Amino acid sequence: MMIDIRDLSIVFGTGRLRVEAVKNFSLEVEEGEAFGLVGESGSGKSTVLRAICGLAPVARGSIAIAGAPVKTPRDQKFYATVQMVFQDPYGSLHPRQTVDRILSEPLSIHGLRDQDRRIVAALEEVGLGPGYRFRYPHQLSGGQRQRVAIARALILNPKVVLLDEPTSALDASVQAEILNLLERLRAERGLTYVLVSHDLAVVTHLCRRLLVMRNGEMIELTDAETLRRGEPQSPYTRELIQATRGFRRGTAPAST
Amino acid sequence: MTGAPLLEVEDLRVRFHLRTGTVEAVRGVSFSLGRERLGIVGESGSGKSQTARALLGLTPPPGEVTARRLTFDGIDLLKASRRTLRSLRGGRMAMVMQDPKYSLNPVMTIGKQMVETYLAHARAGKREAREKALAMLEAVRLRDPERVFSLYPHEVSGGMGQRVMIAMMLITDPDFLIADEPTSALDVTVQQEVLRILDGLVAERGMGLIFISHDLRLVSSFCDRVLVMYGGKVMEELASGDLSSAQHPYTRGLMNCLPSISGSSHPLPTLERDPEWAK
Amino acid sequence: MAELAAPSGKSSLREWLTTSEPRSRAQARLGNAYRSWVAFSRNPLAMFGLFIVLVLIIVAIFADQLATHSPTVGGDLRTERLQPPSAAHWLGTDNQARDIYSRLVHGSRLTLMVVMLVTVIAMPVGLLIGTVSGYMGGWIDAVLMRITDIFLAFPRLILALAFVAALGPGIVNAIIAIAITSWPPYARIARAETLTIRNSDFVVAVRLQGASPFRIITRHIMPLCVPSVIIRVTLDMAGIILTAAGLGFLGLGAQPPTPEWGAMIASGRQFIIDYWWVATMPGIAIFVVSLGFNLLGDGLRDVLDPKAEK
Repeated sequence: MMIDIRDLSIVFGTGRLRVEAVKNFSLEVEEGEAFGLVGESGSGKSTVLRAICGLAPVARGSIAIAGAPVKTPRDQKFYATVQMVFQDPYGSLHPRQTVDRILSEPLSIHGLRDQDRRIVAALEEVGLGPGYRFRYPHQLSGGQRQRVAIARALILNPKVVLLDEPTSALDASVQAEILNLLERLRAERGLTYVLVSHDLAVVTHLCRRLLVMRNGEMIELTDAETLRRGEPQSPYTRELIQATRGFRRGTAPAST
Repeated sequence: MTGAPLLEVEDLRVRFHLRTGTVEAVRGVSFSLGRERLGIVGESGSGKSQTARALLGLTPPPGEVTARRLTFDGIDLLKASRRTLRSLRGGRMAMVMQDPKYSLNPVMTIGKQMVETYLAHARAGKREAREKALAMLEAVRLRDPERVFSLYPHEVSGGMGQRVMIAMMLITDPDFLIADEPTSALDVTVQQEVLRILDGLVAERGMGLIFISHDLRLVSSFCDRVLVMYGGKVMEELASGDLSSAQHPYTRGLMNCLPSISGSSHPLPTLERDPEWAK
Repeated sequence: MAELAAPSGKSSLREWLTTSEPRSRAQARLGNAYRSWVAFSRNPLAMFGLFIVLVLIIVAIFADQLATHSPTVGGDLRTERLQPPSAAHWLGTDNQARDIYSRLVHGSRLTLMVVMLVTVIAMPVGLLIGTVSGYMGGWIDAVLMRITDIFLAFPRLILALAFVAALGPGIVNAIIAIAITSWPPYARIARAETLTIRNSDFVVAVRLQGASPFRIITRHIMPLCVPSVIIRVTLDMAGIILTAAGLGFLGLGAQPPTPEWGAMIASGRQFIIDYWWVATMPGIAIFVVSLGFNLLGDGLRDVLDPKAEK
């Protein structure tokens, strides 16, 4: 088991402002699997990812990576095993650092040598030539930035990559390119993915198993094949499937 | 549904004269709009939003708008005085933007903003304006119009905010509405609801609607006709039902690169852009 | 794409600088600097400010060559006291029969030294306290910011006066006093800037690579705070010069016969009705240099402020 989360509860604030963002959450992801977390804003799907990385206050429950419980605070070994790709390619790259500097930072932190070769190889792997190495983020398009972010996540050779809405800020055609890239990298390196998205179509494209979340609760653990056959268990999942097909006239108006 | 078109656009161009040279964001767009739903689809930088802004005279400086013909209900929008434009805008023409947070005044209650909008365009008393505003809030299916009326914009959720925005824009009974990515900031399930409300109001009032989005599936399911834009030009115009038989490789590429629950190819086909298209 | 003209010497250098595909770190950095410089040089007022500051630096370096008389030793007290501007004494002489022009030229060294030392001491202190406070949060933030508040609560000149009174008059003590009183605004700015970026994705990304707080603050947050602090410092330079002059004026800064501009005004004050040039000339010098730093700071803000970027 690559990722094993049991009875996780995440609580923000205290007293009157106390919010339980994730309630009794459990998750098992096999090594080499791509797992999807689907939900809308406030569903707690991104909070789960942040909790794995030690960025959210865990009130109860346990998280284990590759069989070993994670340490708090996380140690260097954890960061070399688990990496994350963020939603906003404009916010996740330091605006004043070149691609070279962005990619060399994790290498220096972990004391890895041979930086030149590793950086060029990492860029190549995400489909960017060496010509991009000394560019600043503002000289790149959204898709190119996201490729740099993926290169940064992969440069430490992690086993697990957490993807937080990696394509939702991108145009449809660029989304297709990034999804293809992610799929190829997983096949080549045997990576384990946890993909968080609000878009069921994206999740079912990349992941075999997925979990639908709402208001911090687990709604339905299902797989892409079941959804393809149109046999989801919960009405909420059905609603999400409906939404990916576009607008449909004449359905009963929902009340607020 | 008959008679002269509401909006006629011929060879619309929007240029920005920058220090580094002139950038043409919209390059010869032509279409006409009756009392129907027209979708404009394109990726970022395709000129779809600039087209909409130009129609309302909202092109930011140093932009320059030219057109062989740009008329709204017989009024030449390029020659019209600022005053005429102002009274058209927000009166007979309205626009709903992507994020209601930035389009509403944060220090004024929703009700007050709606009343002011109405009074600016209609000869009416305060009381009548208030009733009208409450009726509008009800029309966008907000549960407790009285309460929403007295709320500040930050006190409503995204979906409510967008509905408030629609209510505010429709309070002057416009003939023509531009919705620029009205639902992309919303959750998918809320999106359906907001679209349904918008759809109902447009049908009920017989308005002309231009719906701008990057989401081809959404636009084609919502609108009667779709313009596909790329590089500031219209690549293809087609009826929503005919999307599957689209001729232009760009339209087909946009369709095919979307993953789908009912199975998509691995890897996804990517979009090949031909520089010839933008010439 | 239009055909590129055959590269001549100058245009190929510009292409090399503005290329979107730099081949080395140095080229990327130079290219970025060049773009900033082009933006800066388009602002005539900022260029004027830069010109004034450059003139000040040149005058300070070549003071010995530029001065026509000794700055400290006056001429004949019977015939050369309080002379109006003339060919022999371009800006007149003071009550000790010293050439005002030469004193101003030599005084520029003091002014520059004050400005530079204060910057070198106050800027790093403010930057460090602000970024640490903003990034760490919690009780560290509370303690550091209350200390900052205490310093901010006093008018700068009054606080500097108190320090000088405690340390004893003199130019070095004046500089220390001014430095001690001028870091709090920089800490405030750096903290505000840090708060806006500490939770941004790129900082979280570095954290997830295992970077220590020290590394994050010094290598990722500080570089983003430096521009706004530099801008604030250049805008403050005028104030620093005036504070130094104020201390000099009150007799707590540079001691006679050092040609400090503030002290020069102070000594010329008693003759201001009959011999206006004695106090006016150093006043003009302070005004022009302050203006120069202010214009430069305004120009830098337009270029360096990350928020002004497209």
